Amino acid sequence: MAERLRADLVLEYPFTRTTGPVIGAFLTGLREGIILGIRRPDGTVLCPPTEYDPESSEPLTDLVEVGPGGELVSWTWVDPPRAQSPWDQPHGLGLIRLDGADTPMVHGLLVESPEGLSVGMRVTARWRPEREGHIADLEGFVPEDAKQ
Amino acid sequence: MRDIAVVSVAQHQEKALTNTTEVELMVPIINEARSAVGLTQDDIGFTCSGSSDFLAGQAFSFVHTLDAVGAVPPISESHVEMDGAWALYEAWVKLQIGGVDTALVYSYGKSSPGSLRDVLSTQLDPYYLGPLWPDAFSLAALQARIMLESGTVSEQRLAEIAVRSLNGAADNPLAVRSSAEATTESVLAEAPIADPLRPSDCAASADGGVAVVLAAGDRARELCERPAWIRGIDHRIDPHQPGVRDLNRAPSAQAAAVNSGAGNDRLDAAELAAPFTTQEHILELELGLGNGTAVNASGGALAGHTMMAAGLMRIADAAAQIHNERADRVLGHAASGLYLQQNLVCVMEGE
Repeated sequence: MAERLRADLVLEYPFTRTTGPVIGAFLTGLREGIILGIRRPDGTVLCPPTEYDPESSEPLTDLVEVGPGGELVSWTWVDPPRAQSPWDQPHGLGLIRLDGADTPMVHGLLVESPEGLSVGMRVTARWRPEREGHIADLEGFVPEDAKQ
Repeated sequence: MRDIAVVSVAQHQEKALTNTTEVELMVPIINEARSAVGLTQDDIGFTCSGSSDFLAGQAFSFVHTLDAVGAVPPISESHVEMDGAWALYEAWVKLQIGGVDTALVYSYGKSSPGSLRDVLSTQLDPYYLGPLWPDAFSLAALQARIMLESGTVSEQRLAEIAVRSLNGAADNPLAVRSSAEATTESVLAEAPIADPLRPSDCAASADGGVAVVLAAGDRARELCERPAWIRGIDHRIDPHQPGVRDLNRAPSAQAAAVNSGAGNDRLDAAELAAPFTTQEHILELELGLGNGTAVNASGGALAGHTMMAAGLMRIADAAAQIHNERADRVLGHAASGLYLQQNLVCVMEGE
């Protein structure tokens, strides 16, 4: 059988998008080192925030600051780390419900092993020193008692 | 409403089709589905396909695959960037509108050239989730822990679902993962691949394709001894962000089941396209499947998950049970997106 031909292919979508008044505000907040949620008509707070209520489709506008501490709602352990992810060490992945928010967000858990992870544990945000308005400005979450 | 039936199905699946192009894969499958009911492409009123440019690594990749159909002289044709079950839905709508009496539906996927659990990150929202590249197994593990902690399911039940797939797939030549000997003990002894999920909780990814011929009314009766009449078909969607949903539930699956009349009568068999045992459990609850329904006799999607085709394959498997008179009323299910975000239910009956 003939040898298979090989060629490198860079797949890219070189579009730019505007992030709008809600996602844009959230990302700008990350750059400033704060985390924003958004209040629904029933008073509960979504974080990360969406422009529209996921049930009623009503526009949402009332941004509120949440976190940086919160509670771990679920977790798993990622080893080896995934090639394209922001993390180059084995790490946890969690659903974190931040203080002041009613819904959890997905992010990394920066611990050395899964041994100490448990549902309900307190965690807090760790920021990158240089931030650009990106979800990975949050380096991840660490146990609150290991806060630095 | 017109009476519309699945009159012919054909499919192929294996672990990796390394040296086979999508066109080479689909030529024999499409030919088999058409020739089984004595049709050529000239007899087909409408053709619709489902596939993914992200898997092919090329924009408009489905256009190449039309070579497997034969598009000269020009044909009436459409494509969805979704599982072929949604292509079947479009064809069903086209047949309802009238003007055509037959349709060819097909879909295919080759995920073996890449790592599917990572490629699936590209279906996530591009601001909050996508840039973190959380892989599909890890995200499913977050749901699994919530389900276990809340008592929605037990590890024992997940193992039973895995064993049902492994054992059922032993008689299915298209399955890529099977074991007649697997037991709940052997599954529970597996080391986690994404804690708390074990390898047998996660669908075995596969390459493959499937083709289905639909026909309306008397045309279906001419073509097929026992058509699988579509009595109800519906698809629904839930919000994307995992935080805004109760991950113990899939409301869109329940809505699709209600709207397709799944619970109106006894179901002999159900074929579910759940990529994880946790999600197969949720589907059984949401679709209201009882003890009298044989679930995933083929092994289901757990035994071989061809991205973009797993749902249409389930509908084909369910329809085949009507064709060969093993069942009188069946359900085929397809899912798409994170945590069963989108669900399609197709209820079929024999006469």
